[in-house]
Amino acid sequence: MHEYAVTKNMLAVALEEAEKAGAKKIIEIRLVIGDLSTIIDESVQMYFDFLTEETIADGAKLVFKRVPAVFQCKACSIEFNKPAKGFDCPQCGAMGAPTGVGREFYIESIEVE
Amino acid sequence: MEIKVLKNIMHANQQLAEENRKFFKERNIVAVNVMASPGAGKTSTILKVIEALRDKVNICVVEGDIASSIDAEKIDKLGISVVQINTGGGCHLDANMIRTVADDLKLEENSILFIENVGNLVCPSSFDLGEGIKLVIASVPEGHDKPFKYTSMFQEADVIILNKMDLMPYIDFDRDSFYKGIRALNETVPVFEISCKTGEGLPAFVEWLGNKVK
Ligand SMILES: Nc1nc2c(ncn2[C@@H]2O[C@H](COP(=O)(O)OP(=O)(O)OP(=O)(O)O)[C@@H](O)[C@H]2O)c(=O)[nH]1
Ligand SMILES: [Mg+2]
Ligand SMILES: [Zn+2]
Repeated sequence: MHEYAVTKNMLAVALEEAEKAGAKKIIEIRLVIGDLSTIIDESVQMYFDFLTEETIADGAKLVFKRVPAVFQCKACSIEFNKPAKGFDCPQCGAMGAPTGVGREFYIESIEVE
Repeated sequence: MEIKVLKNIMHANQQLAEENRKFFKERNIVAVNVMASPGAGKTSTILKVIEALRDKVNICVVEGDIASSIDAEKIDKLGISVVQINTGGGCHLDANMIRTVADDLKLEENSILFIENVGNLVCPSSFDLGEGIKLVIASVPEGHDKPFKYTSMFQEADVIILNKMDLMPYIDFDRDSFYKGIRALNETVPVFEISCKTGEGLPAFVEWLGNKVK
């Protein structure tokens, strides 16, 4: 739902970094997004295409690296990918807790010329 | 050429949020970001706390809403300083919006600033406002599964309210499951069960919040 604002923020970071490097054009932006961040890639792409008109990022490719949400069981300590339903450990059935993996939300790198 | 960036996508918002946080801290203002689904009882809770604390603490309110000023008018009627932000369709408030209205509020030192976010359990959790307290309100008729579906919201909460406790007899609300979800995400967060209709449970929350201002 908030992809427009997110895309605007993301583009601002990319443009700032490109400018610092004296780049003339941004060719690619590589994003790392955890599955717990509520963002739809296609929607970001759509706003991106619109927001980049007349900037040096016009036509740049967005690459999304998705990271699955990893939970850790509070009883037996194994780590597991969050099941579609609930937080239960697949090994012992106890409750798992988020590890932080799956909440990534950053620009890894940009490709410029 | 590749440039390593490794910066949070929300970098610009976070920088502004940190400025807001500093602004509030310097003035000992407890900013409370009130987040919940539409109709969970954000405005009702704020009104109840105003009633209980207004003689002891200065209170101001920012009302975030997609288009109306209905909630702001309720606050204004009580003679409490309130600023309305209409997001014009936007699903959340952001740090810049808070910064631009901070000056319009009669913000005294040692006060509480309620920021009623847009009714939504998803988007507001991505936008730090610079608040000191994230208050998440769930309500009984929404069902007990909300922590499992909106993990970020419940994980980041500094305090959680379960509102509309008066409706418990009429709803199949599994309290154990609700608390299991919350404790998995957020082991130590205080949870207050209240009813804005009967007033049940409100004094405990009011006391908890009042103690944050000293
Ligand atoms: N039975 C009952 N009704 C409540 C309680 N708290 C709030 N309500 C009712 O729930 C409805 C919504 O309450 P609001 O306080 O306006 O909720 P809100 O979260 O501010 O709603 P939006 O700003 O529209 O997202 C109103 O009709 C309230 O009277 C409660 O504890 N019990
Ligand atoms: Mg309201
Ligand atoms: Zn286990």
